[in-house]
Amino acid sequence: MWIYEKKLQYPVRVDTTNPRLAAMIIEQFGGADGELSAGIRYLTQRWSMPNNRAIATLNDIGTEELAHWEIIGTLVYKLTKDATIDQVKGTPFEAHYVNHGKGLYTHDASGNPWIAAYYNVKGDPIADLHEDMAAEEKARATYEWLINISDDPGVTDTLRFLREREIVHFQRFGEALRIVQEQLETKKYY
Amino acid sequence: MTREIIVDREQMRMIKELMEVSFVLLETALYLNTHPNDERALRLHNNTSSQYAQLKEMYQARYGPLTNQGMSRYPWSYINDPWPWDMDFNNV
Repeated sequence: MWIYEKKLQYPVRVDTTNPRLAAMIIEQFGGADGELSAGIRYLTQRWSMPNNRAIATLNDIGTEELAHWEIIGTLVYKLTKDATIDQVKGTPFEAHYVNHGKGLYTHDASGNPWIAAYYNVKGDPIADLHEDMAAEEKARATYEWLINISDDPGVTDTLRFLREREIVHFQRFGEALRIVQEQLETKKYY
Repeated sequence: MTREIIVDREQMRMIKELMEVSFVLLETALYLNTHPNDERALRLHNNTSSQYAQLKEMYQARYGPLTNQGMSRYPWSYINDPWPWDMDFNNV
């Protein structure tokens, strides 16, 4: 089960209202390689992992991804909450606004709603852990493209933190993969 | 329709410290998940865990429960501001 703690994982700072940037950052809220996809992927893959170290890794990284999803939502919220109608008009956030107002919704930067087909569970730990490692690298790349277009120092700082987490997770999934591979090797000698 | 949130500087300082310590705990836990026999890392985790428990108790005594399992003065203060997305970390 989960218990909510009333705190963010990272102190999110936003320097200025910026609906344009919010409309791009929403990619990581409801996009293919976003934080929601990551969290659901790892938490759902737990049941078919063959050892406790891999299960714990998926469990805790999956949980951390939900905290990242909350950070992304907070960035979008802070970038848009004080925006006037004139500040929204003519930006890519206008399309979001006419459907959702200033509410948040899980879609990507192009407006496509989040779908379960963004991730898979193969029931095979080697295949699933490879998917997880690829997912971390794709999310890292997305953060790099977002950092390139960010003109808000506070937002950039948070995006850098999230980018670094993708690298740490890639490392941990690599270790889990090695542990599973060693386990499968040993079984051959029985 | 926006809610007006009054943020207490001292509360923000304390929660930021709590966030820092809890980040150390997450890092040691993720590492220990794949390296359960690393005694040095485990010591760091255990020491940080006790530091976290202390800080959490101090914070909750002053600002109310961080989770809905915590104790509260009357009336139930878990619902009080600020929610995490309204916390202002500029100038903290």
